[in-house]
Parts: sequence; C-alpha cells; structure tokens
Amino acid sequence: MNTTTKPSGSGAQKMDVIVEAVTPLNDLVTRFDFKRANGEDFPTFSGGAHTVIEMQDGDRVRLNPYSLMSDPVQTASYSISVRRDDEGRGGSLFMHNHVKVGDRMRLSTPVNLFCLDLRAKKHIFVAGGIGITPFLGMIAQLERTQGRWELHYSGRSRALASYAEQLTRQHGSKVHIYFDDQSQTIDIDGLLSGQPLGSHLYVCGPAGMISWVLGRAADSAWPSDSVHSEEFLAPQSGEPFQVRLCQSDKTIEVGAHESLLEAIERAGVAAPYLCRGGACGQCETTVLEYDGEFQHRDHWLEDAEHASGKKIMPCVSRFVGKTLVLDR
Amino acid sequence: MSKFQFPESIKSRPVYGTLEPRGDVAYLLVADAEGAEAIYDLATAGAHVARNAHIIYLPNETGDKYTGMLQALNPAQLYIGPSYEAALSRIQRVLSNARMGLQVCLSGTEGLMGKALIEVSAAGIPHSAVQFEHSGSVARRMQCVHCKGITENVSTDPFVCSHCGLNLFVRDHYSRRLAAFQGVCIDAEDPGNVPDPVELYS
Repeated sequence: MNTTTKPSGSGAQKMDVIVEAVTPLNDLVTRFDFKRANGEDFPTFSGGAHTVIEMQDGDRVRLNPYSLMSDPVQTASYSISVRRDDEGRGGSLFMHNHVKVGDRMRLSTPVNLFCLDLRAKKHIFVAGGIGITPFLGMIAQLERTQGRWELHYSGRSRALASYAEQLTRQHGSKVHIYFDDQSQTIDIDGLLSGQPLGSHLYVCGPAGMISWVLGRAADSAWPSDSVHSEEFLAPQSGEPFQVRLCQSDKTIEVGAHESLLEAIERAGVAAPYLCRGGACGQCETTVLEYDGEFQHRDHWLEDAEHASGKKIMPCVSRFVGKTLVLDR
Repeated sequence: MSKFQFPESIKSRPVYGTLEPRGDVAYLLVADAEGAEAIYDLATAGAHVARNAHIIYLPNETGDKYTGMLQALNPAQLYIGPSYEAALSRIQRVLSNARMGLQVCLSGTEGLMGKALIEVSAAGIPHSAVQFEHSGSVARRMQCVHCKGITENVSTDPFVCSHCGLNLFVRDHYSRRLAAFQGVCIDAEDPGNVPDPVELYS
C-alpha cells in the first residue's frame, strides 16, 4: 500500500488529486482525468475496480462511486466517465457543471467488486450505456495478458454510445455494437448458446438489462458462478425520517434528498462503507428496534434478511414509520 | 439400493446429493459401478436427459450387471470402459468440444467423482455447478501427507501407504485439487503402536 494515501475513518483510503482534463464525449457523458496532487503515481488496479470520488458541493460532501476506466497499469492518471443524470440527486450534475481543470478533489483507493475471473477461458462482456466503463479497464488488462474476450455493447444511438468508435477501431471484430435507435438488439440466446466451456459472462448497465441477461443465462443453463454483474444504485429520495443511533447516542433526521448513510455521516458518526451503491455489504447495519416499514433497495442482503427487520444497508435503503433504532 | 448416508463431518468433507434433470441441454454423465443406478434414476426423472446424454460408464467390479440398463436408456452416446485411465481422454475430448450450458453429473464412488471433477474444473465449469450422487463403495482415494503418494480404494482405518509404508490415519480432510482425502501417520510418536484396522463406517 502506498504510504502517502491518507487513512480516513471509513471507506477506502483517500488520495488528494487534481483534475487534469475534463472531456465532454457527447450530450450526456464527460470524462474526467486526475493526477495525484503530490506528484506521485497512483496505485495500479484491476479491471472493473471503482473509486469513490469526494465532491465538496458547498457545505455538503458528496461521495459517488465511479468505475475506473483507464488502463489499470497507467499509474500517471486515473480516468472516470460520468453520465449526467438530470433526475438524480445531483452528484453527476455537480461533476458536469462545477468541476474544472485544476480543481482539487479526493479519490478513494480502488475497490473492485466486479473483477475478472482469471480462470475464465473466455470473457464475454455485455454492456448497456454508461455500463461500458468497467469493461474498458478489463479490456486493457486482458489485452496485456492476451486474454480472450468479446464485447457486446448497446447504446441509445451512435452519438451517445461513448467509446464505441474507439473500441471498434482498436479491437475490430471482438467488439459488437448495437444502437437502440436503429432497433439493433443483442441476440442474447444465440450469444449464450455458442460459447466454449469455461466462458464467463459479465454484464453492466441498466437494471432491466442486467436482470434480462441474468435470466437468459440461467435459462441457458449457465452456471451462476460463471455470470457476474455490477449495478451501482444511486440512493433515492423519499420522505424524511428520524433515526436513533444507539451507540453514538444521537437522534438524527434523514432529509428527503440524502441517504441514511449520508445523514449518519453528517451527524459526525463514522459508519463503514465502500461502494455506497448497495453492492459491497460494507455498511450493513443492525436494526435494534423499529415500528414502520423498510424500503430495502440493496443487492446485498438476502430476501429473508430484508423481511427479518434486523438489517439495513444505509447507503441505498430508507424507512417509513415511527421508530427506527440502529446499532451504530 | 446401495445409497449410503455419510455421517456429518468437517466442512472439508464433500457431501453428495441426488442427480436432478435440468434444462433441455447437453449432459455429460460419468459413473462407475453402482453409480449407474443414479444415471438410470436421472434419465427416468427427465425424459429429455438420455437423448442429450453422453454417458461414460466404468462398471469395475459390477461387470455387466448395469450395462444393459444403461443401453436400454438409448442415450446419445454410451461408452463402457475398463478403467478411469482408459476413459480419461474421452472425458477430456467431450469437455473440449462442449459449449456453455453443458450439465455434468457424476455418480458412483468418491474416487471416480473426485477425479472426474478435476477434469471438469480444468475445463472451466465451476464445481458448484456440477451434480454429484454417491453410490456403491465407501472406499477412499487417499493421499499420504508424508510422501504425497496416492493409495486408491482404501477401505480401512488405519491403512498402510502403498508408496512409503507408513501407517496412516484416515482423515475427513479432503483436497478437491487432488481428489483425495488426507492420510496422516498414526504412530509417529510411538512407532509400532498401531491400532487394529477397522472397516470405514463399520
């Protein structure tokens, strides 16, 4: 571990960075390149890793995860691509509207919840929209190790399919692009039925696409351990609610447009986290008492745990009701 | 029925289930001896299995007791061979030609299932996707942890390593990589003080 990364209370360690380039790719997506503020190199990472970027938005700190999309061994800079979400809670809009070359920000060290299975004989990537980003790092990694791969990438249109042209130019027939506005769709059943034994499938994109691909893979008798997916959930707004934090002896109010995790952090309580998107399990919190209903949205807890009323993932899940007491 | 209920043990010890039909896809079924019964039950439970199945069967000491039964299933392909070693290149070829979705079902002795799983895993199928059903002998394939030699068909505890001659205690500690249980010297501290061998699970 690099000794100059700063330890912080929760999450992965943080690195001070300077925005090196801001490159609009199309109407929705902008790429941001960063270099270390101290002039050192970044750590290498593995394809599929993400970083949590810290945005100082007035007196509010926003922490959003983005897949690292640069070549994992290019340690001079890190790159992320941010899709503007006009309906979201404002993190992507902040990146698009306020972040300029030369700005200082903080990035977490890389965390990988969506890594290549290196035992695979062949890697098959299925991407939808901005879900292309983790695959860019994976592809760079596999090209270096002569790994066998192919990409099936669907985007709304030629203009909005970020990196499609570059990928096709660099990798030719390994890359298959589909444009929604030309009614091109991935022949998923044909794709799944023709793959050599030992293939692994990776899917990243909108929730509907992920569940479609996972469902077709299961129907095609693919082993579940050969199929991988990643979807970062953004916390959703909802009714404000009150929470009692038992260990910290605090009662806090969760605002309509902040997550329970953010409210806990705002109250000065260091809660564990990594992905902030319902995937990694790090922020799992024990419920001591409740009178009301949970709005579970994570991909981490089992259905039975959701129903038990004993656990909540504060990064994406909310609560409606009279009383909620957490062991935090 | 020759099905044996293994007592509960440490986590390392493999547990086996009952073969179940899955999708209308290709099946590779590898069995030895009484393992033929599991194939028969599987093909009976799923009418689509036999026509999609490549069966590799090693009767061993059961001779032709089950071979007619398997032929009557009319599988896509049936190979009946004299030993695992004789069947190995066929198993490897089936796997090298296979596509994702292939269902692998292994039945019979632990030694056979474990060795076949090595090939199946090497071909890239996660072990969690492979089905197993034990039947027949409870004899074990053992590795001597001292000389690393493998002794097949161990049916007593302790036993004598067929390579280095040490007296070995039969552990439930299993290696999926080697397809073998571990045998540890039982009289290291007090050479010659060896308990009488007893039949496994007697």
